[in-house]
Amino acid sequence: MEKIDYTDTGQFCSGHVACAGCAEALAMRVILNEVGTDAVGVVVPSCTAVILGGHPMSSAKIPFLHGTLESAAASAAGVKRALRAMGRDDTTVLCLAGDGGTYDIGLQSLSSAAERNEDILYVCFDNEGYMNTGGQKSSSTPKSATTGSTPLGKTTRKKNLIEILAAHRIPYIATVSPSHLNDMKAKVKKAKGMRGMKVIIVLIPCLPGWGVADNAAVKTARLAVESGVFPLIEVEDGLTYKVAQDEKKHPLDDYLAQQKRYRHLKDDDRAELQADVDASWSRLIGLAAM
Amino acid sequence: MNAPVLNEDMRLMNGNHAVAWGVRLAVPDVAPLYPITPQTPILEKLIEFQSQGQFKAELLTPESEHSAMAGCIAASALGARVFTATSSQGLLLMHELLHYAAGARMPIVMFNVNRTPAAPWGFWPDQIDSLSQRDTGWVQLYTENPQDSLDTVIQAFRIAESAGLPVMVNHDAFYVSHSVEPVSLPSADLVQSYLPRQAREIKLDTTIGRSVGAPVDQVQWNRTRREMQIAMAGIADLTVQAGQDWAALTGRKSAPLEFYKTEGAEIVLVTMGSMTGTARDAVDRLRADGVKAGLLKLRLFRPLPLADLRAALARFGTALVLDRNYSPGTGGVLHQEIKAALFGMDDAPGLHGLLAGVGGVSVPVETLEALAREHLGAPTSPDPIWVE
Ligand SMILES: Cc1ncc(C[n+]2csc(CCOP(=O)(O)OP(=O)(O)O)c2C)c(N)n1
Ligand code: SF4
Ligand SMILES: [Mg+2]
Repeated sequence: MEKIDYTDTGQFCSGHVACAGCAEALAMRVILNEVGTDAVGVVVPSCTAVILGGHPMSSAKIPFLHGTLESAAASAAGVKRALRAMGRDDTTVLCLAGDGGTYDIGLQSLSSAAERNEDILYVCFDNEGYMNTGGQKSSSTPKSATTGSTPLGKTTRKKNLIEILAAHRIPYIATVSPSHLNDMKAKVKKAKGMRGMKVIIVLIPCLPGWGVADNAAVKTARLAVESGVFPLIEVEDGLTYKVAQDEKKHPLDDYLAQQKRYRHLKDDDRAELQADVDASWSRLIGLAAM
Repeated sequence: MNAPVLNEDMRLMNGNHAVAWGVRLAVPDVAPLYPITPQTPILEKLIEFQSQGQFKAELLTPESEHSAMAGCIAASALGARVFTATSSQGLLLMHELLHYAAGARMPIVMFNVNRTPAAPWGFWPDQIDSLSQRDTGWVQLYTENPQDSLDTVIQAFRIAESAGLPVMVNHDAFYVSHSVEPVSLPSADLVQSYLPRQAREIKLDTTIGRSVGAPVDQVQWNRTRREMQIAMAGIADLTVQAGQDWAALTGRKSAPLEFYKTEGAEIVLVTMGSMTGTARDAVDRLRADGVKAGLLKLRLFRPLPLADLRAALARFGTALVLDRNYSPGTGGVLHQEIKAALFGMDDAPGLHGLLAGVGGVSVPVETLEALAREHLGAPTSPDPIWVE
């Protein structure tokens, strides 16, 4: 176990309404504290918006614009331009969205902001589905996972957003997990110190959505990282890949076993998914070696 | 009417360039823009001004009008003065965010060039694009020529920032957007004195940490609409005041409702936008021929200046409403609105809704003249009438 090197400065308040045991609240706490007080936030409909809370309450100390689902990056760009017009170019613009708001309906505006290299810190809480509307698939839902709209398991793979973003050659892309909070904190700090478009994808095992036990969110996230299904990486300028670990430490089965959304899988299906993780891993290691 | 002032800077320009000049003089902080025919000359002129160092706004050029409006809302939440321009498909793409902008009380100014929406594709003057946004909570003004567009876009910033509501100014595709006329350019100092930089409300304030647009309960949502109603109720007066103050500086008058030769009129033509010019000519010809005709130009469509409209229309025996738009299943939008406005009035005029110029078809002066003669004194026509 690594010790968490962390002081809470109170940027995320208690009393939020995340499901008990959800690791998203933990991630938000670390991110908001690292981003600090000189920041303006944008959030779009998602669990994140729910956790931030309804008017007049807010679980964040910084102000948040609750924008529309498809406009996260465009709204953040608007905030940034207004700050710049007012001579406040150093204020951080923090944009929070789910995977639906990022991989699907918001991809167009995200791509545009990335292409313009807007100076925003965009964080996607990736719980691999539309949880706010009751757990339907998104294009981030992995192959074979069951959701409300893929009751027999999704037939297509998870969209590779990292490579899509890398193709935009933005300064910084990273993946983080609530199981590795020091890594998360360090990456947020690094991103905050950079100019231009930064995107951080946070894996959030969804308790009801994935069928994970109330006390197993962090453990499941750790298994996702250590089995290589969700490696912790950084991509700088779309070209330089870094992977935090040298090898996979768990078979995929250990990760799948935590979740009801994969319970229908047969041995063959699991082997197929393992082969896919192995291939993606080799490819990633290849990219990192370049 | 234009009262030439000493050293007046008169230039020939089209309606869109007049808008761009008005916006340049209003000095917005942020301008998210996306091209669409026939709006594009507004965008191009502003970008040209910027490349010459004469327009300093942050230009945001995102991938769509939807994102442009999202950017407008967000920038406005920081207290920035914000402008955008669009037309037809672009305006319709923004629809969700038009509701948002008004509900969040963002004083954004937008110029819309009225154009037919697809299908089928067309690029012709027709006001259904903006009229179909009438329930979004935006103030809507309609202008009839390039000078009117320049004057009105400047006034729109005053109205928006005073009321805390977004304002959409509209002019017709090509008839106004691309027609070249002499335009009197006010000086930068004059516009600055008319539009002083007030300390605007910063809704997203890092020292307070309050959120904008966060979920509310039913009662709170209901209250936002009641508050919008109060703000809307003040718009007619604000528009009158904005027009009077502008007239004091430039000599050019404007009002929510404008009248032409209505003294003693028995029949009045009701218009919005570029049709006004044609209707004015028709009135002149009718008057010359002894027909007591007049013109009522509706400049402020949202909120509809109800009390003034009722009082004005009570003076005439017959009213012909000219709609350059068609709402399928009902008729002309202006006709519906005026019908509703007149409801319950004993002295309401005979009302006739003419679908004139839908899809940009030309409506000659002679046609309007003939229609006026035909309907003079006729009892109300229940159904809209397509003008050939
Ligand atoms: C334009 C639009 N369509 C649909 C919705 C309904 N909606 C709200 S949240 C959501 C799904 C969000 O999924 P995601 O971004 O993954 O966030 P999560 O709830 O999983 O945290 C949907 C479809 C909406 N708010 N706006
Ligand atoms: S629905 Fe899932 S992601 Fe959302 S708060 Fe609950 S556990 Fe977390
Ligand atoms: Mg999700």
